[in-house]
Amino acid sequence: MSNTATALKMSPEVSVPHNASPMKIVVVGHVDHGKSTLVGRILNETDALPEGKVEYLKEVCDKRGMPFEWAFVMDALQAERDQGITIDTAQIRFRTEARPYVIIDAPGHKEFLKNMVSGAASAEAAVLVIDAHEGVQEQSRRHGYLLHLLGLRQIAVAVNKMDLVDFSETRFEEVKAEIVAYLNSIGVEPTYVIPVAARSGANIAANAAETPWYKGPSVLGALDRFEPAKPATDLALRFPVQDVYKFDERRIIAGRIESGRLKVGDTLVFSPSGKMAKIATIETWGNSLASVSAGAGQSVGITLDEQIFVERGNVASLEHHVPHQSHDLKARVFWLGRGPLKVGSRYKLKLATAEHVVEVTKIERVIDVEDLANHQGTEVARNAVAEVVFRGKSPIAHDSFVDNPRLGRFVLVEGYDIVGGGVIAETPTDEARNRSTHVTEVPHKVDAETRSIANGHRGGVVWLTGLSGAGKSTIAMEAERQLFLKGWQVTVLDGDNVRTGLCGDLGFSDADRAENIRRVGEVAHLFAEAGMVVVTSFISPFRTDREKVRAINPDAFHEVHVATSLDECERRDPKGLYKKARAGEISYFTGVSSAYEAPALPELALVTEGKSVDESVADLLRYIENSFSLSAREQANGWGL
Amino acid sequence: MNDLDALESQSIYILREAFNRLDKIAMLWSIGKDSNVMLWLARKAFFGHVPFPVLHVDTKHKIPEMIEFRDRVAKEWNLPLIVGENTEALAAGMGPHNGRVECCTALKTEGLKALLASHGFTGVIAGIRRDEEGTRAKERVFSPRNQSAEWDFKDQPPEFWDQFKTDFAPGTHLRIHPLLAWSELDVWRYIERENIPMVDLYFAKNGRRYRSLGCAPCTGSVASTASTVAEIIEELETTKISERSGRAQDKESEDAFERLRAGGYM
Repeated sequence: MSNTATALKMSPEVSVPHNASPMKIVVVGHVDHGKSTLVGRILNETDALPEGKVEYLKEVCDKRGMPFEWAFVMDALQAERDQGITIDTAQIRFRTEARPYVIIDAPGHKEFLKNMVSGAASAEAAVLVIDAHEGVQEQSRRHGYLLHLLGLRQIAVAVNKMDLVDFSETRFEEVKAEIVAYLNSIGVEPTYVIPVAARSGANIAANAAETPWYKGPSVLGALDRFEPAKPATDLALRFPVQDVYKFDERRIIAGRIESGRLKVGDTLVFSPSGKMAKIATIETWGNSLASVSAGAGQSVGITLDEQIFVERGNVASLEHHVPHQSHDLKARVFWLGRGPLKVGSRYKLKLATAEHVVEVTKIERVIDVEDLANHQGTEVARNAVAEVVFRGKSPIAHDSFVDNPRLGRFVLVEGYDIVGGGVIAETPTDEARNRSTHVTEVPHKVDAETRSIANGHRGGVVWLTGLSGAGKSTIAMEAERQLFLKGWQVTVLDGDNVRTGLCGDLGFSDADRAENIRRVGEVAHLFAEAGMVVVTSFISPFRTDREKVRAINPDAFHEVHVATSLDECERRDPKGLYKKARAGEISYFTGVSSAYEAPALPELALVTEGKSVDESVADLLRYIENSFSLSAREQANGWGL
Repeated sequence: MNDLDALESQSIYILREAFNRLDKIAMLWSIGKDSNVMLWLARKAFFGHVPFPVLHVDTKHKIPEMIEFRDRVAKEWNLPLIVGENTEALAAGMGPHNGRVECCTALKTEGLKALLASHGFTGVIAGIRRDEEGTRAKERVFSPRNQSAEWDFKDQPPEFWDQFKTDFAPGTHLRIHPLLAWSELDVWRYIERENIPMVDLYFAKNGRRYRSLGCAPCTGSVASTASTVAEIIEELETTKISERSGRAQDKESEDAFERLRAGGYM
């Protein structure tokens, strides 16, 4: 009854260009709402099935004594025929007069959400199939929400099985109102809502006689009206380094341009190092013409005019248009892991070609895609969506998803598996730590490597923790003196000293102690970044506070437990404080009226009992010199020897 | 960028990911059109070098022209070629008379498994395409295989935003499929554009040509007058006959190909 006449009529002057990439369409919807049937029908109507395929399947159905279903065309796998459900994404091609298509049939079963996401993430447009009889169901909403989350904006809704409701306009309008209300509430305007009977082919390729009240396009007509995705050449340049090749005399930096353009002579800035160099050549092989420029989507190799250190994961961009760089990321995450995502858990985050170790610092809200209600929680269950804040061990170069999707999305890996995906909302404005919005870390032009070569040692934080009277300040001050005499860049941050200035507004409550340590931690890391060895001397009794300081830059943090026992400290009592605390004159005194949580795994534990101050200082200096000195080789490399 | 540029760029990206993320990889070379295109893409991706071994599993039943082509091109392109075979099965006289699926399993699948195991490869690049066959349509670009090289098509890892599965348990390995998104027509248009050499068997002589190449006993030719790449392209634009129609092992039973693949066949 129907053919491609509609498609033909709509674009009579368009002949299919040979070199048009096929438009990728994903078909989603609740289980049993008829996705595969719809796709089977589309293939039949567009004459896309291999000769004999339908006859062959009809024969198979006869042999098994079951009625032929159009869905079998897609369900090529044995397991699927037996269970009658699509278990994985399949990709099938067809073409209309307007253009070629690749159709991705995504499964509706909840447990196969990972497959639906795998299919939908690369699609340019979507068809959401809803059963006219059953109406909007859980997976209709979940899929709709995910399409939106994945950035899809072109959505046609096919209200299927209209034959089961006698092509009732009233029923169609009811279902339409329900799904449109939901989609609108998440900011999606469905482009078309089409009454369909996939089984009989009504409104698939041509407008059906059964729905004279429907004036919109058929499914194929709707697809033909969608816009193909445009390469991101208009956005700022993002060129993530995939690899560096030295197969011959050339040192080629290889990668794919994710957005923007580059050309020979451009000055590239590499994040996160901030190193810069000019593009000397764009390399090609074989009969390809030498080119002087390249744009989004192209896999290229370039050489630079200077031999700067560049590695996989760096992102090249143009000056003044660099990506954001921060340790924190706030993202909307869809979770596919078997176990839940939890606050405090660590994952590998893969963003473009970079890999970062991140920790979940906060779950801001768990979103119920059914009613879009927000829930508080410390866990995100499988197949759920949530807003999550991550903290990276090292700064993460990124864009927000709305600014540049290619650098604004990531996947999470746990063990060997991809367990989730996320789109980046913004650089977080964690209220406790950072009320400043729109902060972008500006990369230094003098990097840590250069500083350490000039100083002869690395920068870092040596964090002494221990009870009052343990000997922290005595050891710290003597260590500072001896390192200074050896020409090291060194300083001490001491508890009582900072409390007269930087932390003069703070008392000794648990909250104030935590804030005191946070400030000192930030300052210490700034000194460390400037290339200095910073020895800090704070009781810092709480493990979580110390771990937060470590998290600012774990590579540069060295925890040293000055492990003098309480008895010994109380015996020494150099400032007479234990006596006062025992007398009740001081409240919140660590070891007496407030807890001390010793480090579980410090980088170094200094036992002071039975040792002189000089011996303890020598122990500490040995550790510092071992950990912070540059090797002869590093120094030689650094000076270009 | 036109569609072939886009496909080429994506395949190069995949090849470079495989080379960077995996310790020991190799590329399968069946001598067919797809793997010839894949080799060509590797030379583009790595600027004239093929930085990993190229494997050919010889079943000793291949059409002789294929082996001649293999040896000539390997020399011309300076390919690090490794040829493997299931010596035991061949000595025992394995052939299609033992059953086509059985023969494929022994000579191709087992031959390949032995070759992978003896070299300790953790990744093998194969030139399969989604449009070839319903089972291959469900493949991932980076597709894990368990210790027995089996494919669990019911529980495949998620794959999106070009973030591939590159972490896997010891003892398992990955199949990497750079041509998954290509169609048969794309392959021939690319061959035409890049002028990539092909075995003569693809071009019609006396009204017949091979559309898909395999072992002599199980690969049939199809009726065709297409004797040049341009004519093949023209033919493919109108045909409705499936590409593997000449491959007898697929038709042993309705799920023969699926069973072959789940067991480790390409």
